[in-house]
Amino acid sequence: MGQRVLMKGNEALAEAAVRAGCRFFFGYPITPQNEIPEYMSRRLPEVGGTFIQAESELAAINMVYGAAGAGARAMTSSSSPGVSLKQEGISYMAAAELPGVVVNMVRGGPGLGGIQPAQSDYYQATRGGGHGDYRTIVFGPATVQEGVDVMSKAFELADKYRTPVVILGDGMMGQMMEPVSLPEPLELAKLPLKPWATTGAKGRRPNIINSLFLDAEECEKHNLALQAKYDIIQATEQMAEIAFPDSDWFVVAYGTTARICREAIQEARAQGLSVGMVRPITLWPFPVNAFEKVVERAKGFLTVEMSLGQMVDDVRLAVNGRCPVRFFGRTGGMVPSDEEVLAEIEKMVEGRTR
Amino acid sequence: MNLGVIMAGFGGQGVMSMGQVVCYAGLAEGKEVSWLPSYGPEMRGGTANCAVVVSDAPVGSPLVARPDAVIIMNRPSLEKFEAALKPGGLLVINSSLCDKEPSRRDVRVVKVAATDLANDLGDIRVANMVALGAFLAACPVVKPDSIVDALKKNLPPHHQKLIPLNKLALERGAEAAAGQL
Repeated sequence: MGQRVLMKGNEALAEAAVRAGCRFFFGYPITPQNEIPEYMSRRLPEVGGTFIQAESELAAINMVYGAAGAGARAMTSSSSPGVSLKQEGISYMAAAELPGVVVNMVRGGPGLGGIQPAQSDYYQATRGGGHGDYRTIVFGPATVQEGVDVMSKAFELADKYRTPVVILGDGMMGQMMEPVSLPEPLELAKLPLKPWATTGAKGRRPNIINSLFLDAEECEKHNLALQAKYDIIQATEQMAEIAFPDSDWFVVAYGTTARICREAIQEARAQGLSVGMVRPITLWPFPVNAFEKVVERAKGFLTVEMSLGQMVDDVRLAVNGRCPVRFFGRTGGMVPSDEEVLAEIEKMVEGRTR
Repeated sequence: MNLGVIMAGFGGQGVMSMGQVVCYAGLAEGKEVSWLPSYGPEMRGGTANCAVVVSDAPVGSPLVARPDAVIIMNRPSLEKFEAALKPGGLLVINSSLCDKEPSRRDVRVVKVAATDLANDLGDIRVANMVALGAFLAACPVVKPDSIVDALKKNLPPHHQKLIPLNKLALERGAEAAAGQL
């Protein structure tokens, strides 16, 4: 890890991608993530990489498909409406088992929505997003540093499982500046080989990358193989942080919302309330194991999101009726305040004792 | 120490860079910092603001809903942010472009004619550094020397010649604040 430098979230993620071996970036502009393509357009040529501003989001994600198929570490980034446009390509990548990283700096939706921070693309990111029976690995980092850290992990897991990986940030994370330590750049030559890639068939049988399975039996078999891979990911790749695990009550939040909740929790604890936090870092696989560690002692959970309630479904599935699960959220680009969250914590605790 | 500051003014007054330079200085002093800009459809002449946190511990929320200090570079910013300031907080007002009196009586007020003093120095663009000098005199969250070092480190080569002027602007701001502390 290098010296700490002050960087904007978008730029830090872009630099982290370059250091993780990303050599191809394809994108189309949209606020609030434009510093990612801007940075890549300058930085990638310095390391022998390629930046292309595509003519559309569809073109960009299909260029990622192509570069990934040829064995490269490739990525694209966008924000909510743009990521909706990329879903067809992400589904094709999942089906063709191609690695790649998609950054979504989420903004208020639906439709064109606004440009302020939101978390209302949680369903889209964690349920696959496009058509078909597939999932993408999804990270929800809470700080710029964690964004940098999960970027390396995202490329690593994308290659390991040959699957697209989504980093779900929000406008606040993209726009804010924080100190970060950047990792040393990976040496491309040391990355694992990709014998499946279409690198020219000289001296071997051609590799074919495809997502068409007209024979239903074959298509089901392919789906079952994908599912087996997702089962392994679910069993092995969960990431979460638990703060104050011996608490009676828990707030559940991810990304920048978790930072606001952390302040509310500090205030609640200063008042003598026994409140901790479960903070998912992987949103898919959802970190059910972290919930298992606290659910037996928990009197209740409060899920806080910048949406009208999406991750709360996964919390309810993880808790499975063992204690009450409440929800508080702001949406459309509005950010919950620590005062609002504290009031909800107080309501939860009082509701229990009444 | 955990200090949340909002800096607000017209686009082009340098409120964004004022916030960034405080963060660079804080980082160099080994503190934890965050900078969050307003990023609506802003333009030159529109309103702009940023939220800065300087802390001894890792920064929680980068959003500053209840600031400990507010630096007001124009009148609309006073109307927008005065109410949010914590009781006992610090209100630094650029009196050159804000003729309105603050209505709060439970806060510390430091008035500095930042735009006029910058004009006297020969460059209106250092009004932000005059205001910052006044702010740091009233609230020494980082050392003025660290601000100058941060400018040296982060200004592009063709702007390095502006550092003495910025240093002077910081000093003028501190002098203007001195009588009000």
